[in-house]
Amino acid sequence: MSPKFTRREFLKISGIGVAGLAIGGKALEAIVSESEWPQADALPLVGPNTPGNLEVSPTYCEICFWKCAGWVYKVDGKPWKIVGHKDDPNCNGRLCPRGTGGIGAYTDNERLKYPLMRKVVRGKQQFVQVTWEEALDFIAENMKKIADKYGPESMALFTHGSGSRFFEPLFKAFGSDTIAEPSYAQCRGPREEGFRLTFGEGIGSPERIDIPNARCIVLIGSHIGENMLNSQVQEFSDAVARGATIITVDPRYSTAASKSKYWLPIRPGTDLALLLAWINVMIQENLYDKEYVEKYTYGFDKLKKFIQPYTPEWAYPITTIKPHIIRQTAREMAMQKPATLIHPGRHVTWYGNDTQRERALAILVALLGSWGRRGGYYYPNKARVPKYPLPPFPEPRWTWKDLTLDQYPLARKAPTNVLRDVTLQGDNATHPIKGWMVNATNLLMTLPEPQKTIDAIQKLDFIAVIDIIPSEITGWADVVLPECTYLERYDDLRISQGKMPTIALRAPAFPPRWESKPSWWMAKQLAHRLGLDKWFPWNDIEEYLDYRLKQVGLSLAELKKKGVVRLPEQKTPIYFEEGIQPRFRTPTGKIELYSTVMEAAGFDPLPTYEHPEEPPEGYYRLIYGRAPMHSFSRTTNNPLLYQLMKENEVWVHPTVAQLHGIKNGEYVILENQDGARSNKIRVKVTERIRHDCVYMVHGFGHWDRRLKRAYKKGASTAKLITKVKTDPVMGGTGLRTNFVTFRKVKKLTA
Amino acid sequence: MHEVTIVSGRHNHLIDPYLTIWHWQIPTYLFLGGLVAGLLFFSALYYLRGKEEEYPAIVRLGAIWAPILLAIGMFALFLDLDYKLHLFRFYMTLRLKSPMSWGAWTLITILPLSILWAMLHITSVFPKWRWPHPVFQSVVSYTQKKSKLLAWILMVLSMILGMYTGILLSAFNARPFWNSAILGPLFLVSGLSTGLAFLMLLSKNHEEHLLLNKIDLMTISLELFFIIHLFMGLLASSEVKIQAAKLFLGGPYTASFWVLVVGLGIIIPAILETLEISNLGKRTRVAAVLILFGGILMRFIFVQAGQLSSF
Amino acid sequence: MARYGMVIDTQRCVGCGDCVVACQTENNVPVGYCRDWIVQDVQGLFPELYMEIRSERCNHCENPPCVRCCPTGASHVVEGGIVLVDKDKCTGCKACIAACPYDARYVHPEGYVDKCTFCEHRLKEGLLPACVEVCPTHAMHFGDLDDPESEVSKLLKTRHHHVLHPEAGTKPKVFYLT
Ligand SMILES: Nc1nc2c(c(=O)[nH]1)N[C@H]1C(S)=C(S)[C@@H](COP(=O)(O)OP(=O)(O)OC[C@H]3O[C@@H](n4cnc5c(=O)[nH]c(N)nc54)[C@H](O)[C@@H]3O)O[C@H]1N2
Ligand SMILES: Nc1nc2c(c(=O)[nH]1)N[C@H]1C(S)=C(S)[C@@H](COP(=O)(O)OP(=O)(O)OC[C@H]3O[C@@H](n4cnc5c(=O)[nH]c(N)nc54)[C@H](O)[C@@H]3O)O[C@H]1N2
Ligand code: SF4
Ligand code: SF4
Ligand code: SF4
Ligand code: SF4
Ligand code: SF4
Ligand SMILES: [Mo]
Repeated sequence: MSPKFTRREFLKISGIGVAGLAIGGKALEAIVSESEWPQADALPLVGPNTPGNLEVSPTYCEICFWKCAGWVYKVDGKPWKIVGHKDDPNCNGRLCPRGTGGIGAYTDNERLKYPLMRKVVRGKQQFVQVTWEEALDFIAENMKKIADKYGPESMALFTHGSGSRFFEPLFKAFGSDTIAEPSYAQCRGPREEGFRLTFGEGIGSPERIDIPNARCIVLIGSHIGENMLNSQVQEFSDAVARGATIITVDPRYSTAASKSKYWLPIRPGTDLALLLAWINVMIQENLYDKEYVEKYTYGFDKLKKFIQPYTPEWAYPITTIKPHIIRQTAREMAMQKPATLIHPGRHVTWYGNDTQRERALAILVALLGSWGRRGGYYYPNKARVPKYPLPPFPEPRWTWKDLTLDQYPLARKAPTNVLRDVTLQGDNATHPIKGWMVNATNLLMTLPEPQKTIDAIQKLDFIAVIDIIPSEITGWADVVLPECTYLERYDDLRISQGKMPTIALRAPAFPPRWESKPSWWMAKQLAHRLGLDKWFPWNDIEEYLDYRLKQVGLSLAELKKKGVVRLPEQKTPIYFEEGIQPRFRTPTGKIELYSTVMEAAGFDPLPTYEHPEEPPEGYYRLIYGRAPMHSFSRTTNNPLLYQLMKENEVWVHPTVAQLHGIKNGEYVILENQDGARSNKIRVKVTERIRHDCVYMVHGFGHWDRRLKRAYKKGASTAKLITKVKTDPVMGGTGLRTNFVTFRKVKKLTA
Repeated sequence: MHEVTIVSGRHNHLIDPYLTIWHWQIPTYLFLGGLVAGLLFFSALYYLRGKEEEYPAIVRLGAIWAPILLAIGMFALFLDLDYKLHLFRFYMTLRLKSPMSWGAWTLITILPLSILWAMLHITSVFPKWRWPHPVFQSVVSYTQKKSKLLAWILMVLSMILGMYTGILLSAFNARPFWNSAILGPLFLVSGLSTGLAFLMLLSKNHEEHLLLNKIDLMTISLELFFIIHLFMGLLASSEVKIQAAKLFLGGPYTASFWVLVVGLGIIIPAILETLEISNLGKRTRVAAVLILFGGILMRFIFVQAGQLSSF
Repeated sequence: MARYGMVIDTQRCVGCGDCVVACQTENNVPVGYCRDWIVQDVQGLFPELYMEIRSERCNHCENPPCVRCCPTGASHVVEGGIVLVDKDKCTGCKACIAACPYDARYVHPEGYVDKCTFCEHRLKEGLLPACVEVCPTHAMHFGDLDDPESEVSKLLKTRHHHVLHPEAGTKPKVFYLT
């Protein structure tokens, strides 16, 4: 009989069921934080002078979704280093700092070590270490219960990263397509939809952008160099070196801005106005690619009429970008067309009007004629590797689509936030969600309005979390499964799109530490307990991988030696110039400057400008971004990467700092318009930011004490995002819609 | 506006936010080294002038205290070493360009010589002293024959030792505050002065005390002169040195240095000493205590300030 | 005899810190210490700003005060003009740390002083330094400054460049292209 938790309390992954331990744990903590250096917590790395057995094994990186391939070096079985794979186009032999520091994910001693279960011990909820059998039985039992009572669809999967390749089939076999990834509604969704509506196709990852051939690159928010998507940064830097014209639109003097010919420090949230003004100039000054527009586009006349009022003079007071700069940059773009690359952005869920902004961006791309052209957007290749043959999945009675159809008709993937909102409705929902499985996504940091996430969890019958470290979401789980890191496991093949399609293998470099296990094993074990064995017909992952590779004339043994193979070897065309047939999968078969789909769905077929809410007096818009050495919240406790950046800072313009009497380096607390407060965070007084917003790096401010290094270091952006503006088109969560002010840190007495 | 930030990587805790490689050990040693230089110098000087009986504290007590204080100072130095097992490495080579090497060799020479020197004087201070082994007696007898030579050597070495405590720091180009040629002479005279002050505390003889006062007044005036020149020199130099001087002219060390070191540790003792010499004041040990206090504080402050100043 | 130097293109560098992590793992630099680091140098007032990002490390100075002041000869110069520390000779007296205007050295937890070696162990194998090889933006170049045909010499001939604190008189061999 499993206890049911109507109210879950947040648990630290510490208690092994012994109450006395808690006190011991505290004392230890104090000692640890007293002497901060050196942090000897990590396993020793083994250096070049150590005599011993050198072994090398292939992997692809899991610290972000670029999935660079590399080699893991070890000496006498101990980790030494990871280096990029020379044949891999995602990294070209050079990993990014996070990938190089990936070793730290393995050596981190604060990882999840054993399966844990929430139990009531002496009237108090606690995590108790259990065996894998117990944990898996418990999950299967609860999934069955939910299926019996509500149907399998009421079991939802939140997942991100490689493990999805095994948990998704598990859920589909179970009968649920209630599956969501944060990479849609918190990330790329609006851009995929904006481009699909315009060109009939999305962008994908790695982005189908031809930076190496671009002569002019326009970055709207994209902070390449801090956003460290590896080969993209490499190509960007080459572009800088060869003197391409870089135009960066960012309220902050980003790294990319510092390398740009033009930095347009725009008022945050007004990018659409700038885009419209650019379109206006393109058309008014006849700068666009007439032949291309005539041949391939639909609705130019409507656009031309629509755009008339949106002059640079109109945009000036909105964006604070001077009209002559708008004109000058538009002319620069036109001069280099079609090799002008307007970067589509990646994390684009900003202000709730994001699909429309991306639509405007796509229209500008079309006017420049750079879609399908060298130096613009190319047609990527993808290696085709047949799937392992499986029986068809059962048809669910309802899917996520039934949850979004009325609200966000053009969503093409499930928004995580919608699943959460439906869960919040409890039994009142038409299609209730009663159980969650959360794999590799720290929902409390990843989704805005974390309190809503917690409230939703309280409505659940059951929640299981799979992670590698005790991230915040694990503290709310009924069962926590410790996955081993990517360096200790096989995963499915990495099949990349791009100019050079490739297959890469991830093989374990080390045996899993403690009792951690790979997700393929967990999924297969659960499938067995749920009677779904026929969807996991292979005995183990090696058999599965070998089967898939044999379909394309390769083998697991070969890939273990090579790491990466390029497939197919022959060069296929990727531009119109090279013979790609311009075909657009839109209703009109053309590039839809005027979107018929939007019109049919009741949205503005041409992107109309909507002004964002202004910050109240004394408050500043909270904007955020990436630091090159960290990935979201997943690396902040990594011993190697932690030391490069231990906490985030809040960037404040000197006049604002003066107004609020705060000094550089001082700790403050940020409070948002709804009274939500942050951890203490250090102030960086800098000329590099506008006076109407403050900036911080996302992923810090952990509140799970078990993450000893990251605990309470810096502030969490998610906690300050208590208000979102949802994109009506596809359900993306606009996250830059909150305003903060400064509060003094109260001196704490011991 | 010029913002220079180390955004990642360098957080070696002894270096950032500023250098903190040397703590109490080095200034303690610098203080004791200077003091011992003073003791040995005057002991040898008045020995050579045949004033043993007239100034027993200067010649004899000074001689006996010197190796003890020196050993304590050297022990402090030893404590500072992060690789103590490699202490012997100092003595596997002589690096002519390295003040640290000079220092190591000076110390290793001066320590045994000062012990010999102390042995020469021990029986006159403690008449009941008996050597535990006849070997000692023969060493003393031998030394006795060469005592003049030894005194000369000690005078030279003690000057080197006193000078060296300053040169050790001033050789560091990288630390603008230290990087001044005046630091050597300044530390030398300051060392002599603390030596004299220490002797004042030991001396029971009025004449001797007066003599010490007189000499000290001279060293103290020199010291003041050097201090003023140190800052004038820094201020007349490059931007980094001006910044370094500002640590003491409005910066964090302004009050402690000018009030405590210069005021309390130099000027007030100078006044007290003047009064005493002109028979206006009573004979007191206050001046001596203040000088010692000023001397040790100056070394602590200088060692810290140098680490705070950088390019 | 070669005269090794490093030429770092600040136009390319994005300050990612990869060179720092790569050095850490390659050379087993203990967690909490580092041989190289990143500096952002910003000048101007909003919105007229200029930023230089630099990856810094020991400059392997031609006139190295750290070597001069070392009492034991632990700090020494080897073939190629590389400044090294022989940990078996080092006493941990830290004079060299005080002597280095670039703060390039640190005390290893084992007690000796450590710093960038230009990855001498890799040079011997014909490999580039780990930081140079990892840099995703190809901002770093390494080679023989005396060889007019080397990449570093050519870059220095054709591009504007500077060294850090030339006024310290140490003659650094890490150059920054602007
Ligand atoms: N406020 C705010 N919210 C954001 C963003 C933002 O910038 N600001 N960015 C948005 C964007 S663009 C994205 S893509 C998402 C990213 O959202 P997430 O992918 O959820 O980001 P992380 O915070 O890194 O959480 C990943 C979790 O997976 C765990 N993990 C890492 N590796 C493994 C593994 O191999 N196996 C398992 N089982 N777990 C693993 C980590 O420990 C961590 O707990 O966040 C979105 N949310
Ligand atoms: N190192 C590192 N790299 C990463 C990741 C990581 O976690 N770490 N995550 C990866 C993922 S999943 C994603 S989605 C991408 C995200 O990376 P990007 O797509 O580049 O993300 P953005 O949100 O566009 O970029 C943040 C920038 O937008 C600016 N900005 C804020 N508000 C506005 C505005 O209103 N207008 C304009 N024009 N700019 C604004 C900020 O100042 C900041 O410079 O990064 C990827 N790369
Ligand atoms: S970009 Fe960096 S973190 Fe992402 S996969 Fe590549 S190496 Fe790993
Ligand atoms: S790895 Fe290259 S781009 Fe990154 S900080 Fe170092 S030098 Fe700059
Ligand atoms: S940078 Fe510092 S450590 Fe390196 S050679 Fe120059 S002075 Fe010596
Ligand atoms: S710490 Fe070591 S290397 Fe540095 S000066 Fe002293 S002995 Fe030489
Ligand atoms: S050359 Fe080698 S030792 Fe020096 S910073 Fe680069 S990786 Fe580190
Ligand atoms: Mo993302």
